[in-house]
Amino acid sequence: MRPFTYERAATPAAAAAAAARTQGARFIAGGTNLLDLMKLQIETPPHLIDVNELGLDTIEATEQGGLRIGALVSNTDLAADQRVRRDYELLARALLTGASGQLRNKATTAGNLLQRTRCPYFYDTAQPCNKRKPGSGCAAIGGFTRQLAIIGASEACIATHPSDMAVALRALDATVETVQADGSARAFPIAEFHRLPGDTPHVETALEPGELITAVVLPKPLGGRQIYRKVRDRASYAFALVSVGAVLQPDGSGRVALGGVAHKPWRVEAAEREMPRGANAVVGPLLAGARPTRENAFKITLVERTLASILVEARG
Amino acid sequence: MKFDSPAAANPIDRLKVIGRPLDRIDGPLKTTGTAPYAYERHDIVADPAYGHVIGATIAKGRITAMDLSAAERAPGVLAVVTAQNAGALTKGNYNTAHLLGGPAIQHYHQAVALVVAESFEQARAAAHLVRIDYKAEPGSFDLYTAKGAATAPEPTDLTGPIDTHIGDFPRAYAQAAVRLDETYTTPDQSHAMMEPHATLARWEGDRLTVWTSNQMVAWSTGELATTLGLPPEKVRLISPYIGGGFGSKLFLRADVVLAALGARAAGRPVKVALQRPLIANNTTHRPATIQRIRLGAERDGTISAIGHESWSGDLEGGGPETAVGQTRLLYAGANRMTSMRLAVLDLPEGNAMRAPGEAPGLMALEIAMDEMAEKLGIDPVEFRIRNDTQVDPEHPERPFSARPFAQCLRLGAERFGWDRRNARPGQIRDGRWLIGLGMAAGFRNNLLAKSGARVRLDSRGIVTVETDMTDIGTGSYTIIAQTAAEMMGVPMDQVQVVLGDSSFPVSAGSGGQWGAASSTAGVYAACMKLREEVARKMSFNSADAEFVDGEVRVGNRSAKLRAAAAEGDLVAEDSMEYGDIAEKMQQSTFAGHFVEVAVDSATGESRIRRMLAVCAAGRILNPKSARSQVIGAMTMGAGAALMEELAVDTKRGFFVNHDLAGYEVPVHADIPHQEVVFLDETDPMSTPLKAKGVGELGICGVGAAVANAIYNATGARVRDYPITLDKHLDRLPEIA
Repeated sequence: MRPFTYERAATPAAAAAAAARTQGARFIAGGTNLLDLMKLQIETPPHLIDVNELGLDTIEATEQGGLRIGALVSNTDLAADQRVRRDYELLARALLTGASGQLRNKATTAGNLLQRTRCPYFYDTAQPCNKRKPGSGCAAIGGFTRQLAIIGASEACIATHPSDMAVALRALDATVETVQADGSARAFPIAEFHRLPGDTPHVETALEPGELITAVVLPKPLGGRQIYRKVRDRASYAFALVSVGAVLQPDGSGRVALGGVAHKPWRVEAAEREMPRGANAVVGPLLAGARPTRENAFKITLVERTLASILVEARG
Repeated sequence: MKFDSPAAANPIDRLKVIGRPLDRIDGPLKTTGTAPYAYERHDIVADPAYGHVIGATIAKGRITAMDLSAAERAPGVLAVVTAQNAGALTKGNYNTAHLLGGPAIQHYHQAVALVVAESFEQARAAAHLVRIDYKAEPGSFDLYTAKGAATAPEPTDLTGPIDTHIGDFPRAYAQAAVRLDETYTTPDQSHAMMEPHATLARWEGDRLTVWTSNQMVAWSTGELATTLGLPPEKVRLISPYIGGGFGSKLFLRADVVLAALGARAAGRPVKVALQRPLIANNTTHRPATIQRIRLGAERDGTISAIGHESWSGDLEGGGPETAVGQTRLLYAGANRMTSMRLAVLDLPEGNAMRAPGEAPGLMALEIAMDEMAEKLGIDPVEFRIRNDTQVDPEHPERPFSARPFAQCLRLGAERFGWDRRNARPGQIRDGRWLIGLGMAAGFRNNLLAKSGARVRLDSRGIVTVETDMTDIGTGSYTIIAQTAAEMMGVPMDQVQVVLGDSSFPVSAGSGGQWGAASSTAGVYAACMKLREEVARKMSFNSADAEFVDGEVRVGNRSAKLRAAAAEGDLVAEDSMEYGDIAEKMQQSTFAGHFVEVAVDSATGESRIRRMLAVCAAGRILNPKSARSQVIGAMTMGAGAALMEELAVDTKRGFFVNHDLAGYEVPVHADIPHQEVVFLDETDPMSTPLKAKGVGELGICGVGAAVANAIYNATGARVRDYPITLDKHLDRLPEIA
């Protein structure tokens, strides 16, 4: 861990302004990911801005009939909220498949969106990694790739985004609200929040330097059956090989988003038109252009079978 | 004392203390966090310096340049130890690669430097400032490509014979009515114990004391002296509490050597814990195997030919994984062969992990037996019993000392509800889950080693046992106290046990499931001597004296035990050695493992629903601690079956998933229900306590039982461990 300076911000705007003042500064909330990365010198921020006292820890109804989730609402509290459990079951279920009870107590809504990949080469500072050290190369390509991306990857990076929560938010069409260094607020759809790796895998989101997430807004409830399946080698406390979050309506229409397959939660709205025709019809356009490795090609079959199983469950 | 004839009736047989499910006497220390583990010896050294280990970042090659200057200037740094400045070091006998590497690099994360600083954080930060340039050389990192060049290794005491041939295997196999010829693979595995390798080292002049976490105190004391070029009497090693070892702490490892070197360089005590991300590649692991099994049988299920070949890899100078050992003893069959071949790999060194040999060997053999039973149309339990043997199949004149193998299987089948199993796979459903039952035999030899102890009686009647035996979480403290209490006729709270100090009599140590039987036999020997001392002091005839309820009694006479020590402590020391009983009779332990699994018919995820082990391991000294050993081993077997695998980067030459996030072991949700039954058995050929080892028996066969249950659920056979969903996904039923 490199020495760093530390301050506690009083308002979101002050936090954003402070972050813009020091290049490489990072916000810290639960610290469940950032502190580990700092100990390994994967992250070496010179300055930390503690955002834990900004408020932003409530869940409120919006005028549009949805919910505004404060950036600092813990994963535990979000999953336990009665409105979330009733109207956004997909989100509650996704959250509860992630991490452990202890981690969910500390992990925040914004922090969850911003967690870094679990690619093992990203974690080994002796190995080249374009995400950790831009331009150094990618040891994962040609290496051990079983867990890594099958679609939307690049020659620079084949990492996946590890979040379960983000998959649910993508299916639910959430909006991310932020405040920028100049104090102005903005909002963008979750679909535009996470980026594909391209040539710059170290740039993972649409956030500008210093920009602070203040809330995640859910639109009004979708209804339907909401099912989240996380597929993994052990029964708990593991990242997804693939995860499938689906919202399915009685008329056979629906939405589906995937985790564990790409650098961001993966959703192709056009593919959802095929939902009444079944999983096989959906997965074609959903994973069109997938370029899996020999080790992770099974993920394509796994996505299709998992979605098929969800459709059976939704009908039953 | 020498054990060279079957155990007769003796004080242990009273079973007032032995055989009872007593709580561990060290339990309260563990549950309150007050057991002093090596890294937490604040009582010994209040202000140690801290060492941070730097591991090589290439698999093979040389260090071409090292720049320590920035690290040496960093805040708090006291010393940076490297092979260049450490002085002459001699490689020990038990490690293959040098524990401090450089300039030659033998494997990834081989230790190449230790940064010592005032605080842990300073040492860690400074370690990142050490600049090392390497010249990498090509290496051999893939067992599958190296297999063709594998050769017969030199036999050692540990390997046994490399090739065995009994009868005419090729002919019998060719002529067999039913044949099976399949190849199975097991991956590299990591011990993944909770406590990392950790050491606190202190020099006093030319004398070195290390507080460390080690299963084998005498071995490692000697190896440390050898490595540093010290006379053995100048080295003391203390290891009273060990947070798991599973074989990873049998030997001297880098933490001990580096802490000693760091303390010498810094001029003050230093402590070192191997960082978790280093452990998988820096220390030892269970080597991967490729195993070919051929079985030939008559139509009635009689095995006529049994052949088992195994390939594994290791660094130059290392040894093979002895995966064929159990196949020489487990089943009858007139025509037999085994062989081991070893490839040179430049991966980190392989070595023992819980039940080396049998654990991976049975993972293969016991799938093969399941497959053969199906070919024959015979129930797998019945097939095994039909090929039971009461004698060593290679030497029929040599019987087993005790072999209630069939009883384990029959009782297990009955307790588990085996009759509910559908012999046709893929037939039973519970919603979207496919349900299967599987079983396998468990087998592990009973190894015994010379073990000594010293016992002291004081004027309060307290009996203190001192031995360099270790407790790796197994319950050694408790069973040793039970042994002394039984022998001296005192309650448990009158016994104190002090373990894990090289200044104590040399014990068997903990490994190979030899610890419990061997160490308690040593305590028995010392207690026999103390009983003689007590009797002599009281002018009793020791042969007639009864030690009971804190008294010594002969006929109508009785005296308080403590009175014997009124004028001063009575001390007795002895060890137990073994004659040739083990040569005349084969001593082994047996189990039947039964598992029910559910496989998600869509995703192929396999989840265990319940497990049962029926074990025969001689007298069970403490059913509670023995059960804990077995359920822990069953859990490890479940991990091996379902998820554990060190992923090899065959291009860069290292284990990629080198932390506990990447290397998955079972969590509670994976292990919903376990049951253990011990047969009521004694084996008088083993030791005076008539007990055998059990800590490794519990893992032997479990992986195959899980594999066979998965097959029974799905009808898709997987022969490559771990059985992850991708290996049978394309053979699962259509989703309706």
